Amino acid sequence: MSEPTTTTIDINGHPCRVWTKGSGPKIGWLAGFGGLPRWTPFLDELAKTRTVIAPSLPGHPGATGHNLLDSHLDWIVAARQIIVKSGLEGEDIAGSSVGGSFVAEFAALWPHKVKRVALIAPWGLFDEKDPATDVWAQRPDDQPGVLCADPQIWKDFKAVPAGANSVEWPIEQIRASEAAARVFWPLGNTKIEKRLPLILAPTLLLWGEQDRVMPRSYADTMARLIEGKTTIKTIPGAGHLADLDQPAATARAILEFMS
Amino acid sequence: MKLMWFHLMPYTELPDDFKQKHPSVWVDIHSSLFDPKRAHHMYNDFMDEMEFAAEVGFDAVCCNEHHSNGYGLMPSPNLIASALARRTTDTAICVMGNSLALYNPPTRVAEEFAMIDCISGGRLIAGFPVGSPMDTCYAYGQNPSMLRERYLEAHDLVMRAWTEKETFAFNGRFNQQRYVNIWPRPIQNHPPVWVPGGGSVETWRWCAEMDYVYCYLSYYGYKTGLGVMKGFWEEMDKLGKDRNPFRAGFLQFVGVAESRSEALERYAEAAEYFYGRCLHIDPKFAQPPGYVTEATQRVGLQSQVVKAASYQEKFKKRPTSMQEIVDDGYVIIGSPKDVEEQLREVAVNMNVGNLMMLLQYGNMSKELTKYNTKLFAEQVMPKLKPLFSEWEHKWWPKPMQRSARAELPSFSPRVEAAE
Repeated sequence: MSEPTTTTIDINGHPCRVWTKGSGPKIGWLAGFGGLPRWTPFLDELAKTRTVIAPSLPGHPGATGHNLLDSHLDWIVAARQIIVKSGLEGEDIAGSSVGGSFVAEFAALWPHKVKRVALIAPWGLFDEKDPATDVWAQRPDDQPGVLCADPQIWKDFKAVPAGANSVEWPIEQIRASEAAARVFWPLGNTKIEKRLPLILAPTLLLWGEQDRVMPRSYADTMARLIEGKTTIKTIPGAGHLADLDQPAATARAILEFMS
Repeated sequence: MKLMWFHLMPYTELPDDFKQKHPSVWVDIHSSLFDPKRAHHMYNDFMDEMEFAAEVGFDAVCCNEHHSNGYGLMPSPNLIASALARRTTDTAICVMGNSLALYNPPTRVAEEFAMIDCISGGRLIAGFPVGSPMDTCYAYGQNPSMLRERYLEAHDLVMRAWTEKETFAFNGRFNQQRYVNIWPRPIQNHPPVWVPGGGSVETWRWCAEMDYVYCYLSYYGYKTGLGVMKGFWEEMDKLGKDRNPFRAGFLQFVGVAESRSEALERYAEAAEYFYGRCLHIDPKFAQPPGYVTEATQRVGLQSQVVKAASYQEKFKKRPTSMQEIVDDGYVIIGSPKDVEEQLREVAVNMNVGNLMMLLQYGNMSKELTKYNTKLFAEQVMPKLKPLFSEWEHKWWPKPMQRSARAELPSFSPRVEAAE
């Protein structure tokens, strides 16, 4: 697995890492809960036929500045800047979980600035009758199994790499969780249902069959509200972060949809 | 030194199998365990105990704020404090305190504390905790990533509300209020501010900068506390502050009896109830991201002392037997002389001038609480009071002259009720 190229964009005076790899038409990627502490096999799958551009969201690995963002509007404006400055305006964009929520917001508010959209269990809804799981109230041993069908995948994804700073690395991982909390605490509810009808782009809704965070019913709610043509697909053997659990199947579903 | 009497107001009838059948005493403790008619008696017993403590000469009575908590029945400590303001005369009233970020607008804290200060004739100590993760982030749904920013802004708003003479507009990051103008105003220019904290370096620095009292409120006794207070004083040295022991407060569980063996016997049940049931907290509520600042995380990853003070670590090491509880220094017990010696050592070694004593804990009965309180007041307190008399306490309430204060009607508490 070769490394991506790294560039930096400025968001509100803070550096934001953009990883790029592959060739072919562009596809944007906003990662899920926990961000991208390392490049992933899923992104390599996409990079076989597409130019993958993966900017970090504020506070996620590779970027700071989350603590300047006080409201959901602040976050949406930052996400728009990230998408535009990464050269993703008018392109295909995919996102998972936390990142998926911002892809959906961008597609809703700037509907003519996106081609096609793939969302993996995006955050933003909350239904009292079918509540999303509180990812921030998990015993340390339980959290990996809440996020991934195979807990070891999450543990490996977050493990300190050889040569990394053993103090700063864990702080960066907690910061990513904090950044997500800053915008989504306590329920993950941004009232996105008010804006979903503004999405005009064809939209793929992907759900891990074993997602223990976002109920499957939210896919139906989203499909019902989104104005553009929607397709729902579930990924067997995958949890909430389907791209980590099943990189090949998840990439294949997205590439087929965006071909 | 100042000897203060602190009540947590624990629910005293959690079942024997609480730990086995319930995941947590805090946040999602089941409502079926709460009997309001029993709580009626608990609250009245607790308030009797606090009034009794005031009457036997403790320097202050203290209460605090918790939410959805089986060992702390005071979501609003101000209600208790206002009742105490009417039933006590010279004792300071220490509300330890109001979690500033939980009040909307925070001006409410300025108002309620000003009311208590007026009713009590200027006897209020205003505690400003950030609040535990369980109270603030989980029970009250506050955002852990913004909690400290909101806390600091709320503090600025409250202080301005107390001290500015003209109506002003507050244009904060999180709070906007066009007309801030509280009625009533506190008797004290502003009540002395005390800040309960964990082992965070930022809080130490902030207390030094603002000239506030820092209180390390731990249920884990002086052995854990020593390291934290050592860090505090080293930071004060660095910042050029003097080592006035009244800058600091510390919480300690105490059980006094005629002898050490009698104390072990008398207080074992209550202590084991507290450490066994009351601190049975689900670790999933320990660490909302952002609650601990990155600077403190950095220190914590490198320092065992700060790590030991973290909520996650605290939940791991709960002793179960009285012997362990006493051996670990969580509860200081013994004859009046034993207790005096141990507390003197605690106060001197930690250089702490404000000792907050828990003389009621767990399911301790009113009778035993009063026994403990009375024995402490009569035989321990007089010996400890002269400690640190060479220092000026600049952070104690400055009430109105006694002769200028309102006379309370004749329902004042009866000493004989304790006997």
